[in-house]
Amino acid sequence: MTEALKLVPKAEAKQSMKDFKSDQEVRWCPGCGDYAILAAVQGFMPELGVARENIVFVSGIGCSSRFPYYMNTYGMHSIHGRAPAIATGLATSRRDLSVWVVTGDGDALSIGGNHLIHALRRNVNLKILLFNNRIYGLTKGQYSPTSEVGKITKSTPMGSLDAPFNPLSLAIGAEASFVARTIDSDRKHLTEVLRQAADHPGTALVEIYQNCNIFNDNAFEALKDKEQAQEAVIRLEHGQPIRFGVDGSKGVVRDPATGDLSVVEVTAENEAQVLVHDAHSASPTTAFALSRLADPDTLHHTPIGVLRSVERPVYDTLMADQLETAVEQRGKGDLAGLLAGGDTWTVVG
Amino acid sequence: MTSQVSSPAEQAEPAEQQAGFSPPGAGDEPSRLTGQRAGAPESGGKEVRRLDRVIIRFAGDSGDGMQLTGDRFTSETASFGNDLSTLPNFPAEIRAPAGTLPGVSSFQLHFADHDILTPGDAPNVLVAMNPAALKANIADVPRGAEIIVNTDEFTKRPMAKVGYATSPLEDGSLDAYNVHPVPLTTLTIEALKEFGLSRKEAERSKNMFALGLLSWMYHRPTENTEKFLRKKFAKKPQIAEANVAAFRAGWNFGETTEDFAVSYEVAPAASAFPAGTYRNISGNLALSYGLIAASRQADLPLYLGSYPITPASDILHELSKHKNFGVRTFQAEDEIAGIGAALGAAFGGALAVTTTSGPGVALKSETIGLAVSLELPLLIVDIQRGGPSTGLPTKTEQADLLQAMYGRNGEAPVPIVAPKTPADCFEAALDAARIALTYRTPVFLLSDGYLANGSEPWRIPEQDELPDLRVQFTTTPNHELADGTEVFWPYKRDPETLARPWAVPGTPGLEHRIGGIEKQDGTGNISYDPANHDFMVRTRQAKVDGVAVPDIEVDDPSGEARTLVLGWGSTYGPITAAVRRVRGAGSHVAQAHLRHLNPFPRNLGEVLKRYDTVVVPEMNLGQLATLLRARYLVDVRSHTQVSGMPFKAEQLATVLKEAIDD
Repeated sequence: MTEALKLVPKAEAKQSMKDFKSDQEVRWCPGCGDYAILAAVQGFMPELGVARENIVFVSGIGCSSRFPYYMNTYGMHSIHGRAPAIATGLATSRRDLSVWVVTGDGDALSIGGNHLIHALRRNVNLKILLFNNRIYGLTKGQYSPTSEVGKITKSTPMGSLDAPFNPLSLAIGAEASFVARTIDSDRKHLTEVLRQAADHPGTALVEIYQNCNIFNDNAFEALKDKEQAQEAVIRLEHGQPIRFGVDGSKGVVRDPATGDLSVVEVTAENEAQVLVHDAHSASPTTAFALSRLADPDTLHHTPIGVLRSVERPVYDTLMADQLETAVEQRGKGDLAGLLAGGDTWTVVG
Repeated sequence: MTSQVSSPAEQAEPAEQQAGFSPPGAGDEPSRLTGQRAGAPESGGKEVRRLDRVIIRFAGDSGDGMQLTGDRFTSETASFGNDLSTLPNFPAEIRAPAGTLPGVSSFQLHFADHDILTPGDAPNVLVAMNPAALKANIADVPRGAEIIVNTDEFTKRPMAKVGYATSPLEDGSLDAYNVHPVPLTTLTIEALKEFGLSRKEAERSKNMFALGLLSWMYHRPTENTEKFLRKKFAKKPQIAEANVAAFRAGWNFGETTEDFAVSYEVAPAASAFPAGTYRNISGNLALSYGLIAASRQADLPLYLGSYPITPASDILHELSKHKNFGVRTFQAEDEIAGIGAALGAAFGGALAVTTTSGPGVALKSETIGLAVSLELPLLIVDIQRGGPSTGLPTKTEQADLLQAMYGRNGEAPVPIVAPKTPADCFEAALDAARIALTYRTPVFLLSDGYLANGSEPWRIPEQDELPDLRVQFTTTPNHELADGTEVFWPYKRDPETLARPWAVPGTPGLEHRIGGIEKQDGTGNISYDPANHDFMVRTRQAKVDGVAVPDIEVDDPSGEARTLVLGWGSTYGPITAAVRRVRGAGSHVAQAHLRHLNPFPRNLGEVLKRYDTVVVPEMNLGQLATLLRARYLVDVRSHTQVSGMPFKAEQLATVLKEAIDD
């Protein structure tokens, strides 16, 4: 078992996808990308091999946040934006649990932005699945903090004014130790990313591009359409040259002058300069550059996969270590001794 | 009254009128003082007088170390065995501009040979470290009292800064007081010259010089202060020894100088206390210990999620020291995350706590509502301070009662427990934990700045006096479906308490989901059914209404009272002192004090209706009074004060007298 799940009890019997389906009727809109993500997660869970009762899904508010109701694990559907904070309390007090947070672009990046960045910097043992559909679904279609500038919505009839967040850039800036991006409709890729996230000790942030077919349909079509995807999607694999396009005809290189990344046609001359993806690089610089490689309008050159995965001390482990150290240094707490303190006096009756 | 020049302070509590404190040189009548002239060899042949109680106020710049000085004098006094009560009073600024009125920090200590209830209305002795301290405090000092001033600071500029055109030490404005001019700074520097410290460094010890002088005046034991100083400055032994030297120099100064002709003894208050082992304790410390004790008695790990805020931060500091008790403290990114983490830990089976003050409660409201819906145990500790908004961070108030009671969306009832004295914070914490764990509900613990920072002697309880708070997690299915299947229903309630089962993650077979959306009774599944919502709202209310709280007890020794005074929280001390005073003057008044504000004791309505007049003093604009009127249709007489300071016993006594005479 990996470091991340070392303290979580294993399942006694083999589990199947069915074991992870709750008895509740799934109530997302027909055609919602959330169905695919739910199926992928339910399908992946048996592979984790940990006892179902030691898995907890915590969510905030939004369409995606209904997720815990459909998982036959422990779960909490909490309040808007606060899931990372609640999950932090659970994960830091119960290291025998595998704690997952399900959130959306509004929940995680707008009302809950503060909790997200602080969970990331602390590196609590949480797996955060951020369903990004670039729109508010549950409140019926207002623009979100990841919507493109100029988005026409009910609350922005003349177009939205705010520059969007790039969730992965934000996460890397917040000292995240694991940052990945995947797509709802690519079950295989999604599952592989979940696998790596689950293995990661500390906070893992997985951005999942998710289609809202009601309020922002086809937002990620460029990455899903087979034709376009060849040019649009860059699949990152640790230790492999970053190449994509038909027959890997394109590659990512670093501009020696500015350090920026750019896309080039790979030739015999420049092939050696194609960047080899190093997710474990101590410096976040390249991961940051990769997180913003895509053209914000066309989404061309969108890297997916694990951008960054580095080892960093895990908050819950450090917290537990301090408790152990305190016992080693001072012995197990003695209540009578504590209450008496230093200066006492006695009154004889 | 015993002295010719009587001060309000002396009259505050009738018990204190029997012997009375008579400031030297002002109504000196030996027959009423059990003084011995030239009796005590340890005071160098000087006169020693015996007093039954004294109120001392140390006042200086916020950088002068007045709180430390007061704390040390308190510790000396506690270990000597007097009853005591303290009132620290300081600005919110860490270092307000030096020498200004807003920058004055003070510490008042009342100690006695009998049981006392308040830090005292007015000081018998004021120690003023500079002109600002004198100016800011002189109005509280009764004529005839002693004032020790640091004359070194009474130069032109510091005096001008606070508007003294002429020196109050010379212009006759202090003629009614017994002033001791002492060049504290010069004497301290002189005493420390062999330490090779800079003038600035040496000057810093002047508070210890003052402490030494006062320790001599009141025959305080000194060993522990010296021990304390050596420990505090363990890493800087030179500074430690300089402070000890200043402390001793102050003591010796009192012993040798002619200006201090008299010293005082206040005998231990042994007869006022039941047998037991005692210590001095502040409200926040007692509350912290109460939480640790509750965790131990419940056999659940303690988890604190908190964000620093005055005057609650000391609980976070204290609990973070006790990791060897399995206590986890989490300093969150904000108030919301503080309670969020606590709620997450509660879901995982911890005794979960969040600590804050009024502004923090406002931020936590939504999460408290979630906790009401999730029906998980959670303690919300609100150390109230002056509001609204940032208000008066370092001053006390009781104005969060209605926020605790109603400050959430929807019908979201939360039990409320309020401690009445600093030491009582210990038991109140245990009581709040009992309610939270038994009924699976968030519970408010409403302390305030006065209790938090004030201190008093506390009889340390024996382990077997602490309540058993153990809970039973649910580990097996609790419901059988029609087809015979055994299932777990997270909202199937205990018929007695209406508490729902607490099944923590890691329990096989009981996997379930909870959330803030309305749930179907029993199954806990999402439900928008109108009848179900009506039922669930009423059930949550019924659960809180049904929380077991003891009947309120009425103290009416004569049985003839027609007026009842009813308080809650930290007003207990001043109210009780006022009641003693009124009774001492021959009037009848009944007293009752509420620990439980939600639900109220079952007999409260009947008690209120028994009296012609019910007086409700509060440090707000009548919040309890509003609740009582609404609930019991009794037109209580609300008496309010929102000065950021506790009630004075004298003033409350007048209020009671008027109510009785009406």
